[in-house]
Amino acid sequence: MALLEVNDLHTSFFTPAGEVRAVNGISFNLDRGKVLGIVGESGSGKSVTAYSIMQILASTGKIVSGSIKLNGQELVGSGEKIMKTVRGNKISIIFQDPMTSLNPTYTIGHQLVEAITLHTSRNKKQAWDRAVEMLELVGINEPEKRMRQYPFEHSGGMRQRVMIAMALACEPDILIADEPTTALDVTIQAQILELMKDLQEKLGMAIIMITHDLGVVAQLCDEVIVMYAGSICEQGTAEEIFYNPKHEYTKGLMRSIPTADTAGTKLQPISGTPIDLLNMPAGCPFAPRCDNAMRICLRQSCERMEINAEHQAACWMNVKYKIDQESVHPENAGDTEGGDAQ
Amino acid sequence: MSEKFDNLVEVSHLKEYFSINVGMFTTKPLKAVDDVSFSIKQGETLGLVGESGCGKTTVGRTLLHLYKPTSGEIRFRGKPVKTTAEINEFRKKATMVFQDPYSSLNPRMTVSDIIGEPLDIHKMFNNRSEREERILELMNRVGLNSEHASRYAHEFSGGQRQRIGIARALALQPEFIVCDEPVSALDVSIQAQVINMFDELQEQMGLTYLFIAHDILVVRHISDRIAVMYLGKMVELADAKEIYEHPLHPYTKSLMSAVPQPDPKVARANKRIVLSGDIPSPLNAPSGCPFRTRCPHAASACAESMPEFHEVESGHFAACHRISELN
Repeated sequence: MALLEVNDLHTSFFTPAGEVRAVNGISFNLDRGKVLGIVGESGSGKSVTAYSIMQILASTGKIVSGSIKLNGQELVGSGEKIMKTVRGNKISIIFQDPMTSLNPTYTIGHQLVEAITLHTSRNKKQAWDRAVEMLELVGINEPEKRMRQYPFEHSGGMRQRVMIAMALACEPDILIADEPTTALDVTIQAQILELMKDLQEKLGMAIIMITHDLGVVAQLCDEVIVMYAGSICEQGTAEEIFYNPKHEYTKGLMRSIPTADTAGTKLQPISGTPIDLLNMPAGCPFAPRCDNAMRICLRQSCERMEINAEHQAACWMNVKYKIDQESVHPENAGDTEGGDAQ
Repeated sequence: MSEKFDNLVEVSHLKEYFSINVGMFTTKPLKAVDDVSFSIKQGETLGLVGESGCGKTTVGRTLLHLYKPTSGEIRFRGKPVKTTAEINEFRKKATMVFQDPYSSLNPRMTVSDIIGEPLDIHKMFNNRSEREERILELMNRVGLNSEHASRYAHEFSGGQRQRIGIARALALQPEFIVCDEPVSALDVSIQAQVINMFDELQEQMGLTYLFIAHDILVVRHISDRIAVMYLGKMVELADAKEIYEHPLHPYTKSLMSAVPQPDPKVARANKRIVLSGDIPSPLNAPSGCPFRTRCPHAASACAESMPEFHEVESGHFAACHRISELN
């Protein structure tokens, strides 16, 4: 049994303009001690996935259907009482912006002690000692002194360390990191990523790393999920996703990142603009921007299919290749496979 | 730097100090840019990288006299830019694209007003229809539809807004554009579209760019030469490939090694030089070399004096006392 099992999760936001299907039927498993990366552009639903797992959605947001199981225990519809024992204890989250996720009116120590006493049976004194120990663990010098200081006295990198210390203080099974280094500078980002990797090895928790930066994914993640417009287009090991992408969106993404080798050449961007979640097309959500879109892509979205044991993708192109290889006439590929004969 | 090249923009000993209140009556200078010299050749893209607070944005803004330089000289086509008349003339030829496509466009103006504003300020057209024609031509150039002209900025996505900002910068047919983090607020797929557009505009119009960004892979892609700043000082300047592959300054070395490579095998094999500590506050900059507090190779000499920014190899400038020992 996987540590976390997400099955056919649908999360929507009910806005005056209509229902926004931010997460549209996603399924994945997370094993103990693994680092799972979720990549996607803004609006792809990666953060909403995390917030759904923690059930900390904004008031307009709601898990419409699906199941989230932690150690076999169903979390969807389990109620606030159960969720309070899950949040912080079993699943912790760190947010993107270390500048706003700490309360500016309390000392670092106060906030750490509060988090620890809330989730464990430690008294204040024990919680204080634990907090000092955690700050030491995340590499903060003079933790005793730092405990008595306010967030404004810490730099961005320091605050993110404090957030990590707070998230890990109750030894969660899963740490969700929502763009943990996006607001930080490159050299500080390197420090924080190194720290997360060390802690992951030391404490053995599983990490869900949410990011738009493929570089961060390449460095840290065992497994990768690529999301577009609320759906998973592709999932596999980091090696498979980077060296053998099987969804047109992932391929486009890989081509559009500048690297040392692209200097002096033109990048190959994905054309068009991101999709409007209020007006989702009928077929594959990526089809309007896809250069290789076929007729079937516009009519029917593709189920996730197995490429190999470590790799799944939801793209009709893979069906086409397969049929091409079996030397069936490619023009019929869409119709025969889709079973759509209108 | 050598005079034999046609330097479009030359900056020498540029200083920009802001005065910060530290007590009720006392102020302290914040040395945002401290003695920076460089030049940009015609048609070249100079990338300027560094971490937040290093002064790269201030360099760009001071260069266009959006801030009055504390001291130092800016020359455009060999002529100094100092008096009001010179500055006004210079600003027809040098414009800017800003980082945030959300706050850099006036929400109460239509797209055609935004793009037309520089034309009105510099009184480029007396004839209304010619002005309209020029605006539509500019919109076309950056890939916007002409029917968008009467819309407002909030109706556009981030990438399209950045296109509006670029059209505005192109309105006066400039020769030089300061691009201040123009793609960092954009998604990867849109970022690539905008980067390509900068490339194409440069080819078509012979533009010269100062491209300021913190994303080293983007800067490496677009720049001919790259300059690295740390705490208000320029620490290294060289050809883009050279500085990326053979950085000389210890700060540049760690910066280049910290770049997250979008390739799992490379990223995991990469020996990162992880620096300890944080960037000091520019209000309390360390004596001597500004990097010495985080430098793994700092020696006693580094605390005593600021190393000179000098040409170490042909076309490769750096400021480090121990540069010959370390390389």
